Amino acid sequence: MKKNNEKTNSIPEQKSAQRKKPISVGKLYRIAGPVVVAVGLDARMYDVVRVGNERLMGEVIQIDKEKTVIQVYEDTTGIRPGEPVENTGEQLSVELGPGLLTSIYDGIQRPLPVLEKQMGSFIQRGVDAPGLDHNKKWDFKPVKKKGDTVKAGEVIGLVEETPGFTHKIMLPPSINEGRITQINEGKFTVTETICVLDNKQTVTMAQRWPVRKPRPVRKKLPPTAPLITGQRIFDVLFPVAKGGTAAIPGPFGAGKTVSQQQLAKWSDADIIVYVGCGERGNEMTEVLTEFPHLKDPKSGRPLMNRTVLIANTSNMPVAAREASVYTGATIAEYFRDMGYDVAMMADSTSRWAEAMREISSRLEEMPGEEGYPAYLSTRLAEFYERASQVIPLSAPAKIKMKDAHKDAKTAKESKQTSKELDKEKGQERKGETGSVTIIGAVSPPGGDFSEPVTQSTLRVTKTFWALDAKLAQRRHFPAINWLNSYSLYLNTLEPWFANKVGSDWRPLVNQMMSILQEEEKLMEIVQLVGSDSLPARQQLILEVARLIREFLLQQNAYHEIDTYCPLEKSRMIMKTILHFNTLGNAALDQGARIKDILALKSKDKIADAKFNKEYEKILKNAQKEMDDEFQKIK
Amino acid sequence: MKEYKTIARIAGPLVFVKNTDPTPYGDLVKITMPNGEVKNGQVLDTSDEMVIVQVFEGTSGIDRNSKIRFLGENIKLGVSKDLLGRILSGAGKPIDGGSALIPEKRLDINGAAINPYSRESPKDFIQTGISTIDAMNTLVRGQKLPIFSGSGLPHNEIALQIARQAKVVGQESNFVVVFAAMGITNEEAQYFIKDFEETGALQRSVVFLNLADDPAVERLVTPRMALTAAEYLAYEQNMHVLVILTDMTNYCESLREIGAAREEVPGRRGYPGYMYTDLSTIYERAGLIKGKKGSVTQLPILTMVGDDITHPIPDLTGYITEGQITLSRELHRKNIYPPINVLPSLSRLMNSGIGKGKTRDDHKNNSDQMYANYAEGVDLRGLVAIVGEDALSVRDKKLLKFAQEFEDKFVRQGKQENRSINKTLDIGWDLFTMFEKRELTRISPELRDRYFKGKE
Repeated sequence: MKKNNEKTNSIPEQKSAQRKKPISVGKLYRIAGPVVVAVGLDARMYDVVRVGNERLMGEVIQIDKEKTVIQVYEDTTGIRPGEPVENTGEQLSVELGPGLLTSIYDGIQRPLPVLEKQMGSFIQRGVDAPGLDHNKKWDFKPVKKKGDTVKAGEVIGLVEETPGFTHKIMLPPSINEGRITQINEGKFTVTETICVLDNKQTVTMAQRWPVRKPRPVRKKLPPTAPLITGQRIFDVLFPVAKGGTAAIPGPFGAGKTVSQQQLAKWSDADIIVYVGCGERGNEMTEVLTEFPHLKDPKSGRPLMNRTVLIANTSNMPVAAREASVYTGATIAEYFRDMGYDVAMMADSTSRWAEAMREISSRLEEMPGEEGYPAYLSTRLAEFYERASQVIPLSAPAKIKMKDAHKDAKTAKESKQTSKELDKEKGQERKGETGSVTIIGAVSPPGGDFSEPVTQSTLRVTKTFWALDAKLAQRRHFPAINWLNSYSLYLNTLEPWFANKVGSDWRPLVNQMMSILQEEEKLMEIVQLVGSDSLPARQQLILEVARLIREFLLQQNAYHEIDTYCPLEKSRMIMKTILHFNTLGNAALDQGARIKDILALKSKDKIADAKFNKEYEKILKNAQKEMDDEFQKIK
Repeated sequence: MKEYKTIARIAGPLVFVKNTDPTPYGDLVKITMPNGEVKNGQVLDTSDEMVIVQVFEGTSGIDRNSKIRFLGENIKLGVSKDLLGRILSGAGKPIDGGSALIPEKRLDINGAAINPYSRESPKDFIQTGISTIDAMNTLVRGQKLPIFSGSGLPHNEIALQIARQAKVVGQESNFVVVFAAMGITNEEAQYFIKDFEETGALQRSVVFLNLADDPAVERLVTPRMALTAAEYLAYEQNMHVLVILTDMTNYCESLREIGAAREEVPGRRGYPGYMYTDLSTIYERAGLIKGKKGSVTQLPILTMVGDDITHPIPDLTGYITEGQITLSRELHRKNIYPPINVLPSLSRLMNSGIGKGKTRDDHKNNSDQMYANYAEGVDLRGLVAIVGEDALSVRDKKLLKFAQEFEDKFVRQGKQENRSINKTLDIGWDLFTMFEKRELTRISPELRDRYFKGKE
């Protein structure tokens, strides 16, 4: 890819308002749906072009002799051959700066509220709107002063974007190192100059970045800490790391969207980027109406304050759907570069893949498996590769490159200890590392995981949460199949859990898993002979497994307390269930009857802890009651 | 307006015209055949050399000498309040012998996507009077909830019963029904119209009929016509509109037919790769809009080919719609009406439409408990077939009995029986009496105390 050709510098004042002179003008030759062909146009691949008299936005996707093939982000009805096509010479880019948070965009970063104001409740075409509000003034506080030498990516000032959230204003990555000759403090719009360097470069709060190109970092690091989701089955059995990747495939109705929304609500990331890609309009509305009223369990502030939404519903133009995940990834990377932990949800990557297929088939490309283009897996891999934990360009220089070069473990430990210290001091020092975690939903046709999108996704993601229609049908939610799912981060994250939650965490998790696996084996026999004919010890395993399924794995997303479960609570639930297991086995040793054990009432008390804030008391009482009850039946 | 006599090729429903002036994409086309008959079409692909026209009424009778006229606009439907009570063809022309419609305005039938920001969350409970829907798969105003059926199952009766009984509790205004038939038989269509007439519902309905012997291509236009009428009535005339689309399977078959004629690269089972996008431009035209009083609720019906829910048509539909009501051949054989199998059924918007102040505080827990018990009970039937009922534990026997009674007392109801939501939920509690109170683990302790009628 050509470098340094894009104009990725700060947005100069006023310039974005006036129409730039096109680099080249051609004319339309053929129109067939979202793909059009122009002739006489001088363009590079992925240049943004303006199509027709209405100047619809499009992107060059193929060049064939004198013909240029363009995908158009808007409906092309009524456009006729012969109309002009202008090349802007710019790649599809997003505007980055204060004002991103709480926004809701379409797939090409047009703010939907602005579109509503300009054209009403229905999305018409030919309307252009900048991604950021160019009139709003932000209170800019410089952290650099005149005479300081600064380089690309460095933080020069701070803006409180939403209450409690500090947006760090960074120099664009394309800027050359220089000395500050002027830096202003006070209220500015995102397009006003806030800083001038001695090499004549001016800096504004907003910068542009082409969406298809990952933003540069100083160093990529292996992940070290889990993304705490508050969802027991994820946190306990199949954790995803901050900076890691996860896939949630499942047939319709299995709860993909609810899971994604739960993750968006309760993950302990600093920023959430939620991309609704080719999904239902009402679902985005749900997010929009719900998030402002929900409180972040950490900060107590509305969840909306840390959220950027991208909504390109299924009936919005298919080319914009294709772009939407890149738009999301770029915004996520921008916040990562400030040293924040970002979680990006893409719902659903299958719709994105289908958009690719649709465009590809209109190009009459040779299809690969099931009509998907041959480059499907490359694109998916490139996308998920944008997740990672990094040392951003903005990180303080005092982090020596030497440290970063050391092996993963050292980096991990040093980060943990330093973070722990900071937490004790009551303030979390951020900014040394940032991360983007990508969680992609996959919607396999017919729930068949062997189809190309699921398979290509599984090759690159490290956590696999398999949704199961059978579980959903019996209202076991989240309907994650605990036998098919996996997480490759278990070992990586073990030290973190041992340090932060308790050294018994991993052993507890392993016991849960082995009991569940044992149950699966026994179920095959039960299917044939019924559970009553099993030996007592195996009947006990079945009962313990039931407790695990009902009290640990099942979680009610719609219950105000059960919707978020702290790690400590999960640990106590596990311990209580195992307490029952231990007592049960001991009682069997001493000749107790399995019937009496199964009839005990104390074990069902664990359920109450799920729905109660005072889980500690309840679970301790439950354990005590178990002790008493087992005494009696001896 | 210029006329062309430059047809280069005719294949299936497509006509290829060369040497035209620049022609807009999506333009409406009139084709006059030598005998004077006129057919309509639409531009699918346009370039300097060739314009490809899709003909709605089929290409039979078109020859090289037919005259082509491009109308300079895309397909529109003339709308006015007078649409109510009328029966129109699949292409939007009156066929009930009544007077010509005087349109208040003409609207593009392709509509436009609703800005997600402008939508309002659907949350008004619609009581259909059918227990399996009201309690287990609640329909709310502005939802799109399809019926997944199979050939020979009574989906039409159910759709009619819903259209007849649907109401928002505590509100007078009933629903206006927009009915679009795609490729159904004349007999089926008569059945619908007769029912509309008998119940007086026709006065509050707009009927679009594309019958089995009407041209297949016209089927692609029919649902869009219907939805354009629905949107007009909802968002401009402040009405609550229930749109019934039947049968979406026929629609998709037509889509495949056109795709094949255009020699496109086919996707799964020969259906075009863009079928998801195409269907979404139909199904997504449901919902509520901020600041508008009306609403569009969709009830599409589709027959699953070979009762296979993984077939592309139900599959893609399920990914777009907000749930599905699934009919079961097994229940139908047991002579249970409505044969709704609640297990693979789902309403995604249920949670926003139920609970205290909307239906009843025990609704969610009650339905979760019924789901869990019924699912387990149905599973046990397989086991009983092998080991016999005697080998079951006490709890399993109860679950088995529950599954039986659930089908008999809860699922089964009369075609004219209009159950209130309270009645429906009470049946649930009646069924629970066979369990001990503590066995109802899905129900919160307070609700158990309040509603449970059985022994402790």
